Formats: sequence, structure tokens, C-alpha cells
Amino acid sequence: MAVELVTGNHAAGYALSAAGEANRNARGAVCGIYPITPQTEIVEYVASFPFTKGEVVPVESEHSAMGVSIGGSLAGARSFTASSSNGLAYMVENIMVAGFYRLPIVMVAVNRTLGPPWNIWADQGDTLMLRDFPWIQLYCQDNQEVLDTTLLAFRLAEDRRILLPVVVCMDAFIVSHTQMETELPPQDRVDRYLPPLDLPHRLRSEHPVTLGGLVWPNEAMFHRAEIDEAMDRVPEVFAECQSAFSKVFGRTVDSAIETYETGDAESVLIASGTIAITAREVVRRRREAGEKVGLVKIKLFRPFPEAQLRAACRSAARLGVLDRNYAAGAGGIFWQDTRATFQGSATTALIQGYLTGVGGGDVTPALIDAVLDDLMARSEASRPQWMGLEPPKEDIA
Amino acid sequence: MSTATTSDTPQAAEQPAAPGAEECLLRPGNTNCGGCGMSVGLTLFGRVLAEEELACQMAIPACCGIVTAGGFPTTSYNVPVVATTFGSAPAYATGMARVRSLNEEGHQVVCWAGDGGTYDIGIATLSAAAERNEELIYVCYDNEIYGNTGGQRSSATPAGARTTTTPSGKAESKKNIMEIMAAHAIPYAATLSIAHPEDFARKVRTALGTRGTKFLLLHSPCPTGWKSEPGESVDLVRVAVASGLFPLYEVWEGATYRLNLEPDGTDPAEYYRRQRRFGADDLDLEEARVACERRIDRIRTLARQFPAAD
Ligand SMILES: Cc1ncc(C[n+]2csc(CCOP(=O)(O)OP(=O)(O)O)c2C)c(N)n1
Ligand code: SF4
Ligand SMILES: [Mg+2]
Repeated sequence: MAVELVTGNHAAGYALSAAGEANRNARGAVCGIYPITPQTEIVEYVASFPFTKGEVVPVESEHSAMGVSIGGSLAGARSFTASSSNGLAYMVENIMVAGFYRLPIVMVAVNRTLGPPWNIWADQGDTLMLRDFPWIQLYCQDNQEVLDTTLLAFRLAEDRRILLPVVVCMDAFIVSHTQMETELPPQDRVDRYLPPLDLPHRLRSEHPVTLGGLVWPNEAMFHRAEIDEAMDRVPEVFAECQSAFSKVFGRTVDSAIETYETGDAESVLIASGTIAITAREVVRRRREAGEKVGLVKIKLFRPFPEAQLRAACRSAARLGVLDRNYAAGAGGIFWQDTRATFQGSATTALIQGYLTGVGGGDVTPALIDAVLDDLMARSEASRPQWMGLEPPKEDIA
Repeated sequence: MSTATTSDTPQAAEQPAAPGAEECLLRPGNTNCGGCGMSVGLTLFGRVLAEEELACQMAIPACCGIVTAGGFPTTSYNVPVVATTFGSAPAYATGMARVRSLNEEGHQVVCWAGDGGTYDIGIATLSAAAERNEELIYVCYDNEIYGNTGGQRSSATPAGARTTTTPSGKAESKKNIMEIMAAHAIPYAATLSIAHPEDFARKVRTALGTRGTKFLLLHSPCPTGWKSEPGESVDLVRVAVASGLFPLYEVWEGATYRLNLEPDGTDPAEYYRRQRRFGADDLDLEEARVACERRIDRIRTLARQFPAAD
């Protein structure tokens, strides 16, 4: 398999395009596109891909980019798009529709700080804002994971037991614009991994249904409950997609959660995205110094992998959750879900939230050391701690 | 929408069945108000599709037209319909139309939208689809009000009309959407009136036979919003055409024009008098007459200077 030096955006564009191309013997591919830093290279890649049977539509807004992908998906095409930050905020209404219509659309999102004030660096607040919609959310740490997870996302989304859209997330610049050695699978492998899409509820002229018409509350509730059942099936189907991935591509793709040195760990860090790479290095070093520390990397955020997380942290006395996001008035969002996960369980671990790299700052080994020092010295939890917070420069005017 | 309710028929080589002449686009039995122009418009539109034996799929944004479908799982529409978000019908329809073309299928993709979805919240999306010259028919049934939400003003509401958000009459005049669409140089734009069903049908046939984006503006009486008598709906829009308030005309490529019917001298005042949305005090009749004359004059001039080929 070809190994090339490519950016995270290139990896995502490659995966989206190959997945779309893989549907050429069925109803083709559709992608509505709109640029926003730092994801623009993804849609540029897709726009220049020579699809055998595909339509890339440059539209006037993210709202319409998702609208076009929804229309394409309803008509039975494999549909996808990419966005970031305020683009996702602008797209929200149609993001919600894609989920409620049970469309297996895949979106790659580059996590960027929401503005104002304007800032293009990494922050997960944009995709986490979507967390209550019927979308599966997957967070990646590097280019290979972005590529592999994007391919996996289509198989997961299109599985008849799921039929939900998936958003694949990566940190702005740290992944999107950084070149790494990445295995780019040939088209025939992607074809094998992604069989032709046959959407059960696609529009058919001879079948005059009205999709999205009026329903009574009981029907609306039933619809939500069906989504809940599909969400419950995600961990199992995800695991199946993972093993199929290994068979076809000969390498593994990360699980819903990955654990590192958690077996006898007393203090466990919980992180996602690129922070997990740095945290792993810090944990490795401190293990060598004899400290009982470990790491859980969360990849699957929706549905939140409660059972796996509980199992992974069974023996821990302290959990420190690193969040590169901030929910106003609440705290870090992974921290909130971690607390909810352990609520009422036998575990009595102390759960402490840390706000790190919010707004895109570097989460350095030193910062993570400081987090671990704080966590290990704790006998009780407090409000989430802002780590590495520096006051802005004085106004020089 | 429950995915379990849909059929699992194989996708290859399907021949879409067009609705039979007796089975129109709009089935008997729907919740539209009596005298609703949109109902008549759907019937006339569907009749042409049936005559031409054409299947169609519709994208309908939030508006009275989607409520028309009625409660799940039944529907008053005899074709597949997608409810879109309020401003998104042309975007969803773009995806649908592109996949239709990729798969060489013969059905029409039709947006059926109100004036709110067209002149207001959806105008950027419509403009973009028109600029891309998407292969679709866009019908705006213009009742000059947000009917579905109980009668608020839109930018299609004419000056002087009272709505729940312009309680003493709208100060601004109606946006000229035909000129906006013509400025996109789309292959075909035309106005439709339910008082002129033959002209209506001919224009739908022209749209069906034209490639690219087709925009049809239907003057759609709304007794509920216009405070008019349901039985007078057709007559009201006939007066609108006869007086020149709503000229019947066509524009090709934004370049050539045809005026289909010369006003016969009917006083526009008659149109205003029969709708209680126009209070006598809120409306400057003389100003309305002048505006009406100016508009029809402009179209006349354009049609003379840039006549459409026969
Ligand atoms: C984003 C959004 N904003 C507001 C609404 C509420 N809404 C539904 S229909 C409608 C007005 C529709 O007016 P128009 O397009 O003229 O169609 P009509 O109801 O007159 O048939 C509004 C404001 C909505 N559905 N979506
Ligand atoms: S409110 Fe007006 S447009 Fe809506 S159904 Fe009633 S008459 Fe028709
Ligand atoms: Mg209206």
C-alpha cells in the first residue's frame, strides 16, 4: 500500500473521494461543498477528484452544502461534506435534518474555535455543539486515523442496523495541516470495504411517501426511541466495522476507547484528539518513574462509550479529564459525560475536569505534567480547572 | 421518519409510473382552506404532468404546501415529497436532481415553495441554484403572506396590506422577484394565474420542455390571509391580471420578454376593495394605480424592445 507524506486534510479528502467513487456502480456520490479554514483543502480535494459517477456542488453556504448532500442522500447517492467552526454553526439546521432523516451522510469536521473573537486554532466546541443531534461522533488523533476512520464511518453509517450520519473530527492545524506518513489504500480495497449503498428509504417515484410531514407526539417520540436503539447498537457495529477494516486493509483502526497502562493505574487521564498523543508520552515517562498513572483515549464520543469507559477505569481512584472545549456555565464536555458515566456506579473515583488548550493553545507535556501533579495530590474534586491560563497583554493603545 | 415503513425494492432499472390523469398530484382530501389558490395551482400543475405522463419528486419547504400533505403516514400528495428546512428547498432539490441525472432517470424535480421560502429566507439558496442553472422547476405560490404561521408580512406582501406584523398596513412595496430571477438569466421565468388555466398549462409545458432552472411565479389567493371571500379567489386574481397588477408574462434567459395578456382597463381599485387586508385608510389608491401602470409599462416596453422568438 502506498505510503505518502500528506496532511490530515489530504487524508480526509482522499478517504471521502474514494468512498464516493466506491459507489460508482450504484447510485453514485454527491457532495455539497463550501470553504472555511482550516478544512478548505478537504473540499478542494473532493472538487478535483475525477469521479466516475459523482457530483460535487459548490454552493453558497454551509447550510446549503448539507442541504445538497441531504438531497443527494435521499435520492440514494453516497453523500458527504466537510466543514468547521462557524461553518458548522451555520449548517446546524440541516445537520439536524440529516440525522432525523436517518441519512448515512459522512462529514469530516476540523475542530476550530468558534468566533468571535476570531481564532482559527483547535477547539472541539464546534462539533460538540452538535452532540445532542442524531449523529455519531468520532475524534481522531492523527492523519492515518482520520483516513481510516472516515472510511469506517461510511460502513458504520450505512449499516442497516444504524442508518445515522457520522462526523469524523480532527484538531485544526495540528492534524489538518501537518504532514505525516499515511497509508493511502488503493481504490479496489476501498471498493471491497464499502459495498454499494442501497438506502432502504430512498425516494422512489413509484412510491409516493411524504418524508418529514406532520406526526403526532407519540410518533415523534417513537422516532426518537428508534434513534436511541440505533445509537445503542453503535459500539457493537463499530467493532464489526473495525474487524472488517483489518481484514481488508491489513491494519487496525483505533477502538471506541483505547487504554494505555490503565490496568493498575490509580490516576487515569482521559483525553481525545491530539492531546491523547502527548498525554500518552507523559504517562509513559511517569510510568518509568514508577508512578501508577494511565490514559484512556476517547474516540467515540456519541454515543458515549459508557460501558467501556467504566470497565477501563475500574481500579482507578482518580480520573482527570482533559477538555479542549468549554460549555459555558458547565465546564468541559468530556468531563460532564465522564461524570454522568460514573454516577451511580460502584466506582468511587474522584473525577476532576481540566480545561486545556481551549481556544487552540498548545497542550504541552509540561501542562499535562501539571495536570497529573494536581490530580494525584487531590483528595477531593473541585470545579473544572483552567490550566495554562494567561491574562492577555495590557492594551497598548 | 421511520425507516421501517419503506419498501425494499431493488434499485436497478425502475420505470417510474406517472400519476394517471384521474390521479392528480394533489389527491382529493386535504386540509387547505377553502378557496386556497395553492390547491388549485397544484391541481393544474399536476394535470399537465399527468397529460405529459411525467413522474415527479418534490422538495417542499416549511409552508402551507407541506401542511397540505397531512398527517403521517398518509399524504395528500401522489408523488414522493421531501419536507425541507424553510430556506433549503433548492439545495435539497439540487442533490435530488443531480442524482436523477447521474442515474439517467426521467422524473422532474420540483420545488414547491411559498413566498416566505422564496423571497425571504430561501432567496440566497434559490439564487445560488439559479446561478448554477440546476435542472429543476421552482414554483413559488405567492400568497403574499406567511400563511402557515398565521399571517405575518413577507417581502412579497404588497404596500398597504395589513398583516399581523404590519397591523396598520405595510409601508414597503412588494419585492420584484421576477426581475431578480430574470437577472440570473435563467432559461425560463413566467408568471401563472389560476384564473388563466390554459396559459398556466402552456407555461408548465414550456418549463417541462426547457433545460436548466425554470422559475414559475403563481399568484395564489389566500382567503385566510387576504380576508377575502373563498368563492371569489379565482375572480380576484383575474382582476389582478386584467388591471395589470399581476401581469402574465414570460422571460427567456433574462433577455427576451413576452407579455401574454394586455390589461383591459379594469381599475386596480376593484382588487383592493374586495380584500379586507387593505383598509381604505391605509392605501393610497392613486399611488397604487401609478405603481401598477409603471410596472406594466416596463414589461410592455421590454417585450417590445426584446421580443421573444415565436
Ligand atoms: C428556520 C425557520 N424559521 C421559521 C419557521 C416558521 N415558519 C414556518 S412556515 C413559515 C412561513 C411560510 O410562509 P410562506 O413561505 O409564504 O408559505 P405559506 O405559509 O404562506 O404557504 C414560517 C415563518 C420555520 N419553519 N423555519
Ligand atoms: S392559509 Fe392561505 S395559503 Fe395557507 S392553506 Fe389557507 S388559504 Fe391556502
Ligand atoms: Mg406565503
